[in-house]
Amino acid sequence: MSTVTPQPLAQLVRVAETARARVSFVLDGVEVQALAGDTILTAILTQQRHVRRSEFSGEPRAGFCLIGACQDCWVCSEDGTRLRACSTPLREGMRVLTRFHTDSEMNGGGAR
Amino acid sequence: MSTGTPSRIVIVGAGPAGIRAAQTLVAAGLRPTVLDENARWGGQIYRQPAAGAGFSRTKAALYGFEAKKADAVHRAMAELLPKIDYRPDTLAWSCEPGRLDTLREGREASVPWSHLIIASGATDRIVPLPGWTLPGVYTHGGAQVALKAQGCAIGQRTVFAGTGPLLYLVAYQYAKAGAQVAAVLDTSPFARQASCAPKLLNQPGTFAKGVYYVAWLKAHGVRMEHGVSLAAIEGDEAVRHIRWHSADGKEHAIACDAVGLGYGLRPETQLADLAGCRFAFDALNRCWLPERDASGRSSVPGVYLAGDGAGIAGADAAELAGRRAALAVLEDLGIAAPRDAHAPDANAIEKQLARIARFRAGIEEAFAPPANCAANWPDDLTLCRCEEVDAGTLRSCIRNGFASDVNRLKALTRIGMGRCQGRMCGESAAALLSAETGKPLHEVGRLRSQAPIKPIPISPMLFDDGVQVIEEEAHDE
Repeated sequence: MSTVTPQPLAQLVRVAETARARVSFVLDGVEVQALAGDTILTAILTQQRHVRRSEFSGEPRAGFCLIGACQDCWVCSEDGTRLRACSTPLREGMRVLTRFHTDSEMNGGGAR
Repeated sequence: MSTGTPSRIVIVGAGPAGIRAAQTLVAAGLRPTVLDENARWGGQIYRQPAAGAGFSRTKAALYGFEAKKADAVHRAMAELLPKIDYRPDTLAWSCEPGRLDTLREGREASVPWSHLIIASGATDRIVPLPGWTLPGVYTHGGAQVALKAQGCAIGQRTVFAGTGPLLYLVAYQYAKAGAQVAAVLDTSPFARQASCAPKLLNQPGTFAKGVYYVAWLKAHGVRMEHGVSLAAIEGDEAVRHIRWHSADGKEHAIACDAVGLGYGLRPETQLADLAGCRFAFDALNRCWLPERDASGRSSVPGVYLAGDGAGIAGADAAELAGRRAALAVLEDLGIAAPRDAHAPDANAIEKQLARIARFRAGIEEAFAPPANCAANWPDDLTLCRCEEVDAGTLRSCIRNGFASDVNRLKALTRIGMGRCQGRMCGESAAALLSAETGKPLHEVGRLRSQAPIKPIPISPMLFDDGVQVIEEEAHDE
């Protein structure tokens, strides 16, 4: 879509503390790397630019306050547990979903 | 106390206020319970990275000029740990007379209290603009947490926008950490900031730091604009640029992939509300605050308020107010204040707090959020990011005469009823109601708090076997 500068693929950029141990987890079915001490939000947003889609408009969201106040970064693990990404530490082998099967239906609107 | 009922003192919050309160009570021989939502103590301002994960930056790198204070607060708490009942990762989600409901790692615990010190802290004050829900837009506080606790910048090229002292501090912290700061866009005019200097000089040290951050940013070539009006953050699926107007009315745009947005802080008052505290509209904070006297006593006997959660005054004031509230608890229990040559007494604290209050008046004036902008919000502007209720929906409800009070507006449009419980949208709803009805903010009502104050899984609420009443052992013998 861009005619000028290409858009970055990830939202968060590591600028310090990069010597921590590697941790792998599964993001939407794909194994990816993060660092020990990452929150789920950091682990996701160093890979892509959103953590969830709005249940209403289907628009992408990537959290907002990062301190557990805005509640805009809830994601699901594959077993259906709901996790607030900004305040939940990532654990090795976690299986996290930022997409839902119903994404396309939700994008169709009608919820409002 | 010689009565049969032991006192159970509970402190909510382990930031500067909660820690100094606990320290004062322990010094008097008591063993308070400290509940904190975070995994580690320090609050938001002195937030510590996760323990044992290999984070290695020094406190000087993390907290800059505030490193000594952060370290002192951290150490004070570390020394208290064996002497208090400390419960991190614990959400106090409801408060009733004599009882808090808490959730820790999915387990409910009812925590009884005879004396409750609420030091619940603050979140960023937000004024919405088109595009504020796009990925890449974070609060100033959020941008800071990403850097402090995770070593991350919120983007490759960040614009910091809005107003408030945090605007310059976080821009400075980002640039210093090697992150690219594309611009600082301050909605407050420079002249107003300059005219507030006399009030700001009530805290010369703090004022000097603010001046330093601005000078450093200028010296490092960071673009800074004053008196702007923000038009929109735009991008397809994520932030691509921000559009704004300079004071002369010209339109500008800056390419960026992240925006740090905020307009100062707002207190977290939900627990005080559920505890039954009487509220009054506070012109300085532009919101309703639980009433308290100079010592921190609320209108409810046994409930005390300290720190930013009771009105924004900053970390230094929070330390003082935490100690002052604990001294009030001791007074009310008939226990002598601990003798400590290094800690100020009640009178000295109150004098210092009054001085900081004069400084705060200058800050709020210098960095006032833009006035009357609600009148210009487009109908399709999302005000409630939880459930995507837009300005037009609120307007039609108000214009049809269905709501002239913010709680009625909430009932009819669900603004303030989503997962954030009005933290991000409550002030917008009140501002729009005020703009539409012509009534001042304090006449459009106060959004009532509801339990749970944050989302909790439903099972702890419903099933008795999930409920575990933990008997306290905090006595005042």
